Amino acid sequence: MPDAGALERYAAPRALAEALELLRDGDATIVAGGTDLMPQSHSGKARFGSLLLNIRRIAELGGIALEGDTVRIGALTSISALLASPLVRERLSILAQAADQFASEQVRNAATIGGNVCNASPAGDTLVPLIVLDAAVELAAKAGGGIETRTLPLQDFLTGPGRTQRRPHELMTAVRVPLPPAGFVARFYKHGTRPALDISTISLGIGGVRRGDRLERVRVAFGAVAPTPIRARAAEALIEGRALDAAAIEAAAEAAHDEVRPISDVRASDWYRQELVRNMTRRVLAHVAFG
Amino acid sequence: MSRSVEIEFRLNGVVRRAAVRADMSALAMLRDVLGLTGTKYGCGEGECGACTILVDGASLNACLLFAVDCDGREVTTIEGLANDPAAQRLQRAFAEHGAVQCGFCTPGMVLQAGRILARAGQPDRATIQRGLEGNLCRCTGYKKIIDAVEAAAKERAA
Ligand SMILES: Cc1cc2nc3c(=O)[nH]c(=O)nc-3n(C[C@H](O)[C@H](O)[C@H](O)COP(=O)(O)OP(=O)(O)OC[C@H]3O[C@@H](n4cnc5c(N)ncnc54)[C@H](O)[C@@H]3O)c2cc1C
Ligand code: FES
Ligand code: FES
Repeated sequence: MPDAGALERYAAPRALAEALELLRDGDATIVAGGTDLMPQSHSGKARFGSLLLNIRRIAELGGIALEGDTVRIGALTSISALLASPLVRERLSILAQAADQFASEQVRNAATIGGNVCNASPAGDTLVPLIVLDAAVELAAKAGGGIETRTLPLQDFLTGPGRTQRRPHELMTAVRVPLPPAGFVARFYKHGTRPALDISTISLGIGGVRRGDRLERVRVAFGAVAPTPIRARAAEALIEGRALDAAAIEAAAEAAHDEVRPISDVRASDWYRQELVRNMTRRVLAHVAFG
Repeated sequence: MSRSVEIEFRLNGVVRRAAVRADMSALAMLRDVLGLTGTKYGCGEGECGACTILVDGASLNACLLFAVDCDGREVTTIEGLANDPAAQRLQRAFAEHGAVQCGFCTPGMVLQAGRILARAGQPDRATIQRGLEGNLCRCTGYKKIIDAVEAAAKERAA
């Protein structure tokens, strides 16, 4: 039997306010799709609080909507729903690319974007595209009589493997993605041993605004090469606003190789991951530049 | 956890009640509490698809789903498809094409293949393969399974 720890109660509220009330009362474990939480509870990696709080009945946490210049993606949005959304496919294509390579249909139907972000795996597949897109995380908490929300950049939200800036009484309510400017192009690449159903050995996202043969507002981000997904700022600086010829691409790939500090684990050695970083940066950058 | 949670949901078209521990998986509930053993326990961690069920029409891994989350929803297991024409076509095609050896993966394969066929009338082999990527088979090498799904699609069209 998995360790149920101190689990005493279960709640599946329909209103956000009610969920936040329950969170304020203390020691709760939030469950959305359960695709991370269930295996983690079996392996003993996650211990339950006294309340299992199922947020899946809360309609306010669903939906993908364009609000001015921002796409607001509700925390409960499943990976399948990302793939099915014309707004995501057309305007945030790099996020759709990652969703397309995510696990299996069964997992995609259950897995939510909020769970992927809050689980804060260095290999979380929506994180790299969201960083390339300058996404922010929206959090809500009960304060006094009302609901208080705050928004912080995803990069700042993620602090380590499985660690975020979320306070215990806060619920993640949405991801907010600014609509990319005209001419924005971006690519996601994931390297694993089995095509989709695997934790990424490394993943890479590159995006920028194409102006002739130059790339501006460049973002280069990696997953699974550091405790959190990271931006490769040295590589970015080498290509920002420059003509993307073979030499510039080579220099950026070299910089990315030197910049990352991957770990060795059962999936790959640190040396192998660094080589992958160089080769994949070269390939994806050429794709973004000329593809 | 001392107290169990009472839930009520439609299982294969029939309203069922169950008392489950909050940390129990839907797979454990189906097999151990409700005695429906058509849904298989393969890996217990979302990798093999032997535990595939439909919840509100979408395919899910029952081993990753909290049983309590079935409350108020519509759950379909392989037992619920016994009289479903589309599933019967698949079952026949699986048998005719030698797509069943030990049979352990078959319930999950049939449920997931049913979703693929419901979405696309005549899916090509790549689409079928893609749709089944969460379903492992240790026996057949997949080719015969894909043949069977293709044949079931053709039979429906005919
Ligand atoms: C077989 C398999 C394959 C997988 N493949 C991939 C893959 O290819 N790529 C990938 O990135 N991941 C993969 N995963 C991991 C997992 O599916 C994802 O991380 C998924 O997005 C988690 O979402 P969930 O809704 O299931 O999260 P849950 O398991 O419900 O929750 C995950 C964590 O986030 C917390 N949480 C969830 N929602 C909120 C919220 N709104 N506010 C605050 N906290 C919250 C929970 O308390 C928990 O700690 C895979 C998992 C399995 C089992
Ligand atoms: S038992 Fe659920 S996927 Fe293997
Ligand atoms: S027939 Fe044996 S696992 Fe598929």
